Amino acid sequence: MAMLEVKDLEVYYGMIQAIKGVSFEVNQGEVIALIGANGAGKTTILHTITGLIQPKQGSVVFEGTDITKVPGHKIVSMGMAHVPEGRRVFANLSVYQNLKMGAYIQKDKNEIAKNLEMIYKHFPRLEERKNQMAGTLSGGEQQMLAMGRALMSSPKMILMDEPSMGLSPLLVKEVFSIIEFCHESGITILLVEQNAKMALGIADRAYVLETGKITLTGDAKELMEDENVKKAYLGV
Amino acid sequence: MSLISYVINGISLGSVYAIIALGYSMVYGIAKMLNFAHGDVIMVGGFVVYTMASGLGINPILSILCSMAFCTVLGMTIERIAYRPLRNAASSLAVLITAIGVSYFLQNIALIIYGSSPKAFTSVVTIPSLKLADGALTISGETIVTIVACIIIMVVLMLFINKTKAGQAMLAVSEDKGAAALMGINVNGTIALTFAIGSALAAIAGVLLCSAYPSLSPYTGAMPGIKAFVAAVFGGIGSIPGALIGGILLGLIEILSKAYISSQLSDAIVFAVLIVVLLVKPTGILGKQIQEKV
Repeated sequence: MAMLEVKDLEVYYGMIQAIKGVSFEVNQGEVIALIGANGAGKTTILHTITGLIQPKQGSVVFEGTDITKVPGHKIVSMGMAHVPEGRRVFANLSVYQNLKMGAYIQKDKNEIAKNLEMIYKHFPRLEERKNQMAGTLSGGEQQMLAMGRALMSSPKMILMDEPSMGLSPLLVKEVFSIIEFCHESGITILLVEQNAKMALGIADRAYVLETGKITLTGDAKELMEDENVKKAYLGV
Repeated sequence: MSLISYVINGISLGSVYAIIALGYSMVYGIAKMLNFAHGDVIMVGGFVVYTMASGLGINPILSILCSMAFCTVLGMTIERIAYRPLRNAASSLAVLITAIGVSYFLQNIALIIYGSSPKAFTSVVTIPSLKLADGALTISGETIVTIVACIIIMVVLMLFINKTKAGQAMLAVSEDKGAAALMGINVNGTIALTFAIGSALAAIAGVLLCSAYPSLSPYTGAMPGIKAFVAAVFGGIGSIPGALIGGILLGLIEILSKAYISSQLSDAIVFAVLIVVLLVKPTGILGKQIQEKV
């Protein structure tokens, strides 16, 4: 059974249908990429999964539990973290406070200390700047903070929304190495990206989303060779 | 000597404004709305104590606790019924207008129950006034209690925000509701808690205000409510220390202009100072500049 199963999802913004019957699944341990152009509905799908938007039709099942109607704030304690588009770090709180906020649902103090140590080890920049306001960090550092904040909840699965957005090529590489690290530590990843090349390079399987519909799916390596994908998303 | 006594009175009145301003400021900081019915919750708090202590002869402390409980429930009810359904409305003016409506609603309910003539409020403060400098300077018991209450409230509130999980949740919600929800924070619950705290403080402010100026009518809360809003903006709306500084400064300006300039003009002077402050520093004294990085 798939870890995350999205079935026939239909989402509306007022009268406008943003998602037109999308189905896909993510198995435990996989990295799944959801690629597509601006406005294809990638972020909407992630928001619907984590309960920030309610779908009109369809269902979201996580580890056998129907979470379609579960309010947003209860999702993270089920083991699913979400690194939102644009980072959304708490700009007026310190780096440390941001990380603590990520552990809001954690009751186990040892677990919090262990996660914090692990994050500081992998993101030394965050430790150097732990008392600095998150709003004063650079874009790349904020992305690391957003990822670290998600890791603080000890998630089984992380949804990542455009982690490479607005970053220099060097930082994009760094961000993807962090995604790899999350994957290696056993976390299942659903990655939404416009940077199709990087996303397909790291993913096991991928789905291509076009104006609210999935038009193509398959093994990430195969999709990279697909003529249509090459033309539309890889710029070759 | 008279200057010192004016300053002390100013700080005392300012303390009441600060306690009311806290309610405005916290609700604005977290729900991003101006709760114009906040001043009338003060009046309701005053009437609950008036009815229980003066009317039924119940112990004043017990009356105050009941008044706080009553206002807490009232504040949460108003939030649930009148404000929450409009939170995601297209225009943020909708909830502002609703707040004004709730304000009139509370005033009119009080009018129906108590009538429009002011009631004599018996002070709940029983400690005697303090005579200093051979009787040249008298500090009333109400003044002492008000200032002490304000200090205690500020300290407890700062500890609550910085040391408890619910307080941290408030900070997160005030910055980004969506991201806060992703952290597992119940946004609606946090906003309701903010209204509860603000309304309980309004009840305390009502009792202190009516004890210092012992008259109570359905319109008692309106003017202090507006002035406390000014104090909140003055100090930097959304900031707790800002509410304290804004409140105290406003109280001082009001009492000193009453004493030395003109008692009729004192309110006008208060608002003139606000305009000047906002021209120089639009975010208020301690207001934060919002910084975002893309």
